[in-house]
Amino acid sequence: MADSRVVVIKNLSKRFDTLSVLENISLEVTRGENLIVFGRSGQGKSVLLKCIIGLMTLDSGEIFINGQNIGKLKINELNQVRKNIGFLFQSSALYDSMTVYENLSFPLKRHFPDMTLNEINDKVKYTLELVSLEEAINKMPAELSGGMKKRIGLARSIITDPELMLYDEPTTGLDPITTKEISELILSLQKKLNMTSIVVTHDLICAEIIADRAIFLKDAKIAYEGDIKQLTESNDSFLKNFFSHEILDIPNESQKV
Amino acid sequence: MKLPRLKQGKRLSTGEYIYNFFATISGLTIFNIEFFKQVFVPPYEISEIKKHMDELGVKTFGIVSVTGFIIGLVLAMQSQPVLARFGASDFLPGMVALSVVRELGPVITALIFAGRVSSGIGAELGSMRVTEQIDAMEVSAVNPFKYLVVTRIIATTMILPVLTIYVIIIALLGGYLAVIIVESMNFEYYRIAVINSVEFGDFIPGVAKTFVFGYIVGIVGSYKGFTAEGGTEGVGKASTTSVVVSSLLILIFDMILVKISLWLWPTLG
Repeated sequence: MADSRVVVIKNLSKRFDTLSVLENISLEVTRGENLIVFGRSGQGKSVLLKCIIGLMTLDSGEIFINGQNIGKLKINELNQVRKNIGFLFQSSALYDSMTVYENLSFPLKRHFPDMTLNEINDKVKYTLELVSLEEAINKMPAELSGGMKKRIGLARSIITDPELMLYDEPTTGLDPITTKEISELILSLQKKLNMTSIVVTHDLICAEIIADRAIFLKDAKIAYEGDIKQLTESNDSFLKNFFSHEILDIPNESQKV
Repeated sequence: MKLPRLKQGKRLSTGEYIYNFFATISGLTIFNIEFFKQVFVPPYEISEIKKHMDELGVKTFGIVSVTGFIIGLVLAMQSQPVLARFGASDFLPGMVALSVVRELGPVITALIFAGRVSSGIGAELGSMRVTEQIDAMEVSAVNPFKYLVVTRIIATTMILPVLTIYVIIIALLGGYLAVIIVESMNFEYYRIAVINSVEFGDFIPGVAKTFVFGYIVGIVGSYKGFTAEGGTEGVGKASTTSVVVSSLLILIFDMILVKISLWLWPTLG
């Protein structure tokens, strides 16, 4: 029987000089699941994502993606694993010397050399339709608003149909309406493309829309784990304090895509 | 590839400056090794190399044209009275030609190229680094070193010799303008005097060393940009230190290469 666990993290620890950012983190994410990683700024949320994708090396512990220990892979093998992972950066990280079309076609041209130009064009147009930004195809990143950049960044991340999506604060810096739109878009794409997602955020609107399960990082450890309701309705004074400053407008179940 | 991190801060101690000096040398060495490890491995990114060569050529064409012309002109104007004092005005075309071909053309072009291109590469890659574009490339399973660094180094290495030959020709034309201003000499006489005074052995070492200078400009700019950190301030620092380090290395390697060329072609001396 196939293993339903897409990501398995065992005793992950990471420190910068004397500062311990992650300590003995163990975590599993199953296929099709949306996991939210909460935590205050500087609590190692982004570091966790960067360790998962192999941008940062681990001090100790192991990370398995689809059963492959990424710490033990050679760079070519790691790149094969990365082809199945999408990563949306907090800053969107669009290539600013390329147009939107070039940003989206770049991974296709690199990873699918057999694709014809027409197929690439069709795929780019289809993906832009998914994020409702067909008209931006010839624009440069500098001409886009923050929300549009996030959408294009999202489109670039999903254009290769990844199995696993990692989102690093996908709604930071956006107004509540755009935040809700982006979050709903993430959820709808996840349903359409049947992806597994790990979303780092401290935005409750986003979490409420997307989450199947949530963890809370505090003092380099997973301090709380459960579904989003358990965390937001917890009597724990720290969680109460954290979420009371965040709650704006939580959509009900019927609003979920 | 694990590169040493430089000490950051507004005010560094002497010890930290010394640490950064050796960390830069070791980082550049690692970068060089990585370049030679990756340059012969496909994909060769030919279209990127062509694009960079095109951009670099266009970017520097104007400034090297003006500089080359002025160098030739000023050199001839400054030298003429001295040569006239010794009754050696006839040697003026040859002196201008030899100075420009052997030393001034290659070194001045390389220094201008460093100022214009190394800083540009440092700023561009530095900006890509601090805005996570290099990380984005890496996570999408594209080798950023190969795509961004190797292509730029090949482009700078290939384009600088071409620019140098162009500057030499422009500087000789500038020299001719000075000659006709201060003395009556027809162009044919000047041309023949230049050709007779410059030998193959003068031309080859002069142009050959610009391959090394071009490589220095590319690798230093790329290294500084690739390792930039600390937001926009880091980008600015990457840009300026790229110029300083590459200019310094150009002059040091010029000294070494002149010594080597004199050893290989003793008749040059």
